[in-house]
Amino acid sequence: MIKRAAALLLLTIIGGIFFTLLTGYSADENLNLTAQYYAENTAKDIGAANIVTAIIVTYRGLDTLGEVTVLFLAAAIVGLVLARSRGAGAAQTVKAPVGELLTTGSHSLLPLILLLGIYIFVNGHLTPGGGFQGGAVVASAMLLLLLANPVKRFNHRLISIIESFSGFSYVVIGVLGLLLAGGFLDNRILPIGEFGQLFSAGAIPLIYSLIGLKVGAEFSSILSNLSEAEEL
Amino acid sequence: MIAQLAMATGFALILIGFYGALTNRNILRMIVAFSVANTGVHLVLVAVGYMNGRTAPILDSAVSATEAVTRIIDPVPQALVLTAIVIGMGVTALMLAFAYKLYEKKRSLDIGKFTELRW
Repeated sequence: MIKRAAALLLLTIIGGIFFTLLTGYSADENLNLTAQYYAENTAKDIGAANIVTAIIVTYRGLDTLGEVTVLFLAAAIVGLVLARSRGAGAAQTVKAPVGELLTTGSHSLLPLILLLGIYIFVNGHLTPGGGFQGGAVVASAMLLLLLANPVKRFNHRLISIIESFSGFSYVVIGVLGLLLAGGFLDNRILPIGEFGQLFSAGAIPLIYSLIGLKVGAEFSSILSNLSEAEEL
Repeated sequence: MIAQLAMATGFALILIGFYGALTNRNILRMIVAFSVANTGVHLVLVAVGYMNGRTAPILDSAVSATEAVTRIIDPVPQALVLTAIVIGMGVTALMLAFAYKLYEKKRSLDIGKFTELRW
């Protein structure tokens, strides 16, 4: 009882802070200096229609490399933590069949979901999409497969090959930017092209596709590790 | 007004999440509560970047590159939240893996059973 009262007291204090923040907030009328720079220079320097993509992949590309690394570490640690719990599939409990609807539905939906995911990460520089969103959509196809067939095992070797290949190519493209263009992960190693076309914005579609593959592979490995953990 | 509404919703979600994390005894419920609070933080961050009467930071036939400065909202918070969502997903997966490990040790998800770090 005292614990609950203490929790409520703490929440009231935090809520009070939030309330003063909320009442004192007024939306900006003009972009701040950083945002103004991005708004003015993205189209002519980077050539990407989606300014958020330009920030993530090029202006703050190093941060994104770090983010992908954090995600890789999370996936690796999940694999490490759950690895010893996996008893070589010895004690497979027999599960009830998942049903006709889910099985048939997953078979017909799977290619479409994969296609949507690839569309989202290839068009990351033109539409509100990108590698992270597309990768998550690709991994959701894997989740559907697992739901339709809970004892299914993914090919871990294939997943790790895709992941290492895309991560390595990402860094190589970054170093190429250092050698051929203005700096690490500069997208101008490829021609900027015509604004608004699929093959434009230099290396951004390439980098974002690699990020999409990597994120998809990482999420799939997290999903399969969690699903392969032995039932307790 | 929309920004304030979204921000108020975000703050409410953070408070709900904190309440759930502080009062629930079950580790899985605490993880869900943390995810709710996480979503609240994302909502607040996106709301900070919102500006009245402006549109999404994507240049096309509706917003040309020359008038972008006066027509688009701040793209930086959106880029930040994109990062935060992905990292949040990784953290949630880690928490679930550790919860599995804890259950394996004690055969229980009640946080009261884990007394090793209690003082």
